[in-house]
Amino acid sequence: MNLVRTHVLVCGGTGCTSANSPALIDEFHKELDKRDLSKEVQVIQTGCFGLCALGPIVIVYPEGSFYSMVKVEDVSEIVEEHILKGRIVTRLLYEGSLDEMELVKSLDETDFYKKQHRIALRNCGVINPEDIDEYIANDGYQALAKALTSMTPQEVIDTVLASGLRGRGGAGFPTGRKWQFAANEDNPQKYVCCNADEGDPGAFMDRSLLEGDPHSIIEAMALAGYAIGANQGYVYVRAEYPIAVNRLKIAIEQAKEYGFLGKDIFGSGFDFDLDIRLGAGAFVCGEETALMASIEGHRGEPRPRPPFPAVKGLFGKPTVLNNVETYANIPWIIYHGPEAFAEIGTEKSKGTKVFALGGKITNTGLVEIPMGTTLREVIEEIGGGVPNGKKFKAAQTGGPSGGCIPESLLDTPMDFESLAEVGSIMGSGGLIVMDEDNCMVDIAKFFLQFTVDESCGKCVPCRVGMYRLHELLEKITSGNGTLEDIDLIEELCYHIKENSLCGLGQTAPNPVLSTLEHFRDEYVAHVTEKRCPAGVCKELLRYFIIADKCTGCTACSRVCPTNAISGEVKKVHEIDQDKCIKCGACMERCRFGAIVKI
Amino acid sequence: MPNLKTKVSFKGTKEQEKELVDFIRAHSQDKGSMMPILQKAQEMYGYIPEEVQIIIAEETGVPLSEIYGIVSFYSQFTLNPKGKYQISVCLGTACYVKGAGDILDKVCEIIGCESGSITDDGMFSVDATRCIGACGLAPVFTVNESVYGRVDVAETEQIIKKYVAEAKGS
Repeated sequence: MNLVRTHVLVCGGTGCTSANSPALIDEFHKELDKRDLSKEVQVIQTGCFGLCALGPIVIVYPEGSFYSMVKVEDVSEIVEEHILKGRIVTRLLYEGSLDEMELVKSLDETDFYKKQHRIALRNCGVINPEDIDEYIANDGYQALAKALTSMTPQEVIDTVLASGLRGRGGAGFPTGRKWQFAANEDNPQKYVCCNADEGDPGAFMDRSLLEGDPHSIIEAMALAGYAIGANQGYVYVRAEYPIAVNRLKIAIEQAKEYGFLGKDIFGSGFDFDLDIRLGAGAFVCGEETALMASIEGHRGEPRPRPPFPAVKGLFGKPTVLNNVETYANIPWIIYHGPEAFAEIGTEKSKGTKVFALGGKITNTGLVEIPMGTTLREVIEEIGGGVPNGKKFKAAQTGGPSGGCIPESLLDTPMDFESLAEVGSIMGSGGLIVMDEDNCMVDIAKFFLQFTVDESCGKCVPCRVGMYRLHELLEKITSGNGTLEDIDLIEELCYHIKENSLCGLGQTAPNPVLSTLEHFRDEYVAHVTEKRCPAGVCKELLRYFIIADKCTGCTACSRVCPTNAISGEVKKVHEIDQDKCIKCGACMERCRFGAIVKI
Repeated sequence: MPNLKTKVSFKGTKEQEKELVDFIRAHSQDKGSMMPILQKAQEMYGYIPEEVQIIIAEETGVPLSEIYGIVSFYSQFTLNPKGKYQISVCLGTACYVKGAGDILDKVCEIIGCESGSITDDGMFSVDATRCIGACGLAPVFTVNESVYGRVDVAETEQIIKKYVAEAKGS
């Protein structure tokens, strides 16, 4: 084995891959070969580092230099200057990693990473996910060995119970209790399932985990199998995640080869096998009974519970189903003990939670924070605040099932109970920031459109109710709404929540209810003033020409597709509001800033 | 989302049919094999028209109506073929708040077909997709395997027009 003096870690998550990181890896190999350095420098493709906004990202160890937005042209400079001559290429360094003295800080001290505590993401961006040896070197499969050789199944369940771990997929049900229910069933055939059908738009932690650390999921599922007495597992993963599916396949093959999956694992007599099932794109399949229907080969429609899956699940057998992030915590808990996990977080929400920061925020990406960290800390300190000098308006958590949190509640701690109190939910951990340019009625309508499309159609409150709700919102954003409509919307929301069959319908009105609670004035402005305060809703927009600034150059009238602008050369022009289709072409064309939209 | 019956005539071959039938027979004993079968069909033909659904129904013994129910339920399965150039505009939340709706409108305007459909010459298809997880690059759209991130409407117009010119030349 060669002794390697330098490691070059290149992010191979989806964000960085889309930003061309595979080409960087090829270029590194080429440049290193050229200088005959390939034996002493190793280039590794890792999972997501988290700071997706600055991708593609390259980290060079042992220095820990964090290079951001690296282009193929930059590679030869990094190899020549840094790797060969030992001079860090300062111009490519992530700004946050330099202190006042222009000295390089360690990554853990940067604003983005300082407040994070990475348990689920412990291996993402650290190891090569396609190499089982690297996972083992980082305590991988130690938890499985410990459980199979020195713990009874009940002790495994007790450990998970004692850790206080709750499901990270949305509802926050205690994981240990779920396992206990399934373990109590007397049945020779049981199943363990993993929900990797991440459908919440704007959340991508499950995918990053599968891409960055697939072995931790395999290990956790084997542990769950041992705990409840199941010998077969299924990972239900979105087909739209090709990189994740591929790495998971590689990981399963390697685990089988090493004897961590298959017959008589660690000589304990315990057998466990794992198969992948591809989801086919249906948000409702995140609901556990729908997911199992889909694995069985049917339409992914939920069914009433009870019986719960722990009693009667996949193919009618007792089944444990957990989300990817939940599983990612399990090996850590078994290996480090439940106390270490329970020390982190709040009284009722233990441990950490991964959030996907997106929207109008400087540092878009993945962060993992202790439960109870406030929303303000996440957005302002870790996320770097709202870019372009715009004003923060709301943070949306929980995706289509969640709600919008206004500025006045920014000090809300991020845990299951506190988020529910302000009308939102933890959900799977999507966190989308909105600024003054976003219309909250439009956002509510956007989420509703999503749930209308994704409703499976089995129960009436969701299928018909959501459709009607969407119509009412459409009426308001087009300027035809009345104040009575707003009351009707509220009433309808509660009917849908109370009467829908599954979690999709029960939570789908949340974006509407929370925006109504915190941003009612925006709804009212749409109705009474026929005005969209954020200037988003097209039907309510009006374009005007400011007479003082108009030079009569005719540029706007020539570009107008409907001939709505009239006026003679060198005289002030005017827009005919009846003809105007609000395309905004005139405003883009005007060089004098004479056209405004209200 | 329009997912109407296709206008494009079916061009499947005997060899494809044999491959599909062999796949179905190989998996006939597996539990829950319908999804993998449909995924195989989608991958082979690029869509699952009535002709293919009939093959699957006859081979598996599952009623055609049920197969249609499954195919139309999942967004991965399509009843329309995809264009030579497949354009997908991400309409996940992160992209939407950064103006992906305007980008989709622009793409549809240039290509001349609505979201979820294909142009008459079969060159372009446009889809609004759910989050593709590249939220750090929002707003994002893809043309076949190429990903375009951090785009605005003007840049989108340039990129799409380049493909239109390429399509005309081919």
